[in-house]
Amino acid sequence: MAEQGSRLLVVDDNKVNRLLLARSLDLQGHRSALAENGRVALEMLRREAFDLLLLDIEMPEMDGFQVLEQLKADLHLRDLPVIVTSSVEGVANIVRCIELGAEDYLAKPVNPVLLRARIGASLEKKRLRDQQKEMVRRFATSEVAQDLQQSGFTLGGRRVRGSVMFSDIRGFTALVESQPPEETIELLNTYYTLMFDAISGHGGVVNQMIGDGLMAIFGAPLPLPDHCAAAVRAALEMIEMIELLNAERAAEGKGRIAIGIGIATGEMVAGYTGTQQRATYTCIGDTVNLAARLEAHTKVAQRAILIDGATRSELDERFAVDALGEVPFKGKAALVEVFAVGLGGGG
Amino acid sequence: MTLPVIDRATFAELQETAGADFVAELVDTFLEDAPALLAELRSARAVADAGRFRRAAHSLKSNSHTFGASALGALARGLELKGLAGDPASDLEAIEAIDAAYARAAEELKGLRHG
Repeated sequence: MAEQGSRLLVVDDNKVNRLLLARSLDLQGHRSALAENGRVALEMLRREAFDLLLLDIEMPEMDGFQVLEQLKADLHLRDLPVIVTSSVEGVANIVRCIELGAEDYLAKPVNPVLLRARIGASLEKKRLRDQQKEMVRRFATSEVAQDLQQSGFTLGGRRVRGSVMFSDIRGFTALVESQPPEETIELLNTYYTLMFDAISGHGGVVNQMIGDGLMAIFGAPLPLPDHCAAAVRAALEMIEMIELLNAERAAEGKGRIAIGIGIATGEMVAGYTGTQQRATYTCIGDTVNLAARLEAHTKVAQRAILIDGATRSELDERFAVDALGEVPFKGKAALVEVFAVGLGGGG
Repeated sequence: MTLPVIDRATFAELQETAGADFVAELVDTFLEDAPALLAELRSARAVADAGRFRRAAHSLKSNSHTFGASALGALARGLELKGLAGDPASDLEAIEAIDAAYARAAEELKGLRHG
């Protein structure tokens, strides 16, 4: 059932309607505030937090349709559940409310039992949506969450230029087998916290985590100037973080861990893939494949950070870069020039 | 079949769900506000403001249904749906009928609010 004690805003130009709705809400254990037209309601919504809006349609100054339109256009208010309570005539008007994003429609005089049920359902949906938003925030970083909110979850891609990073822990399988599972999860949590921090600190977005590996994008969903340098700086910071972690682990008598990072730059198709219910922001294309190959190649090259020529060409002299020559990669017809980024190269 | 001035079942149900004391206050609020709505109908008719006319009729209809004032509600709904007529005389006639229906409804409501 719905949580009790939610805070609702009642908007109705008619005093009898306002008082009666407020009374119903009061009897159901909710708190309510009252507004006499749409304009006043929007002012209150932008000033204070409410869990739900009960909205009349026929009002002077600003009617319910206009309120719904404004809510829809407002990033902070678009998810506020709205139940339209009106005795407005005509199915077309009800349809218009729903199309404008109203959660539900109740004809006046409002039946208190129906009102209770609809409020309960709306608040429950809002709770789930809040939870989902929190998940997106936690796992997809604020940039993706913001892009998601702005673009309103359209599946489909666009072409962007950016840098892709792949990273994973060397010899992780052996490590997992040598220690209790709790320790592995704790290590992974620490690792991810440090890596996320380094990546997002340089404007990157982690969009995938698989076991001990992660994929990050620099330059999408939001454009990032200097995405090559940003990705390489993030990589250097990640290595530094791992060294700090290793110093700690050494003090506890635990073995070292090492990571490998591959970065490639170019055009890619970025967007949400999946279904309306479950989607992830990702990038697809040759650039992504190359970054993954470079990351795998760090084992062979015995260097922690490998980048491609396109990334290299946009770095200035503050980065210490070694050319490792051309390497044949699986799935690549031509040889690929590979560069290693040295540590202590500044930047 | 003529519509009841106040449908007793609707009124009793309102009292039961919202509480008799609260409904007494709500009736008072209606009796205070309704004359202004009736005046609004007339003045909107006088300046031929269709939006105000429809909104005033709409509010009267909505409140009438809340208290079970079926006859008044039906007249108000008629005006809301029809909107301003081309001929002011027919609207004025309708407004007079609404005035009379309101007077009857107000009388009964005053009696019921004490009951």
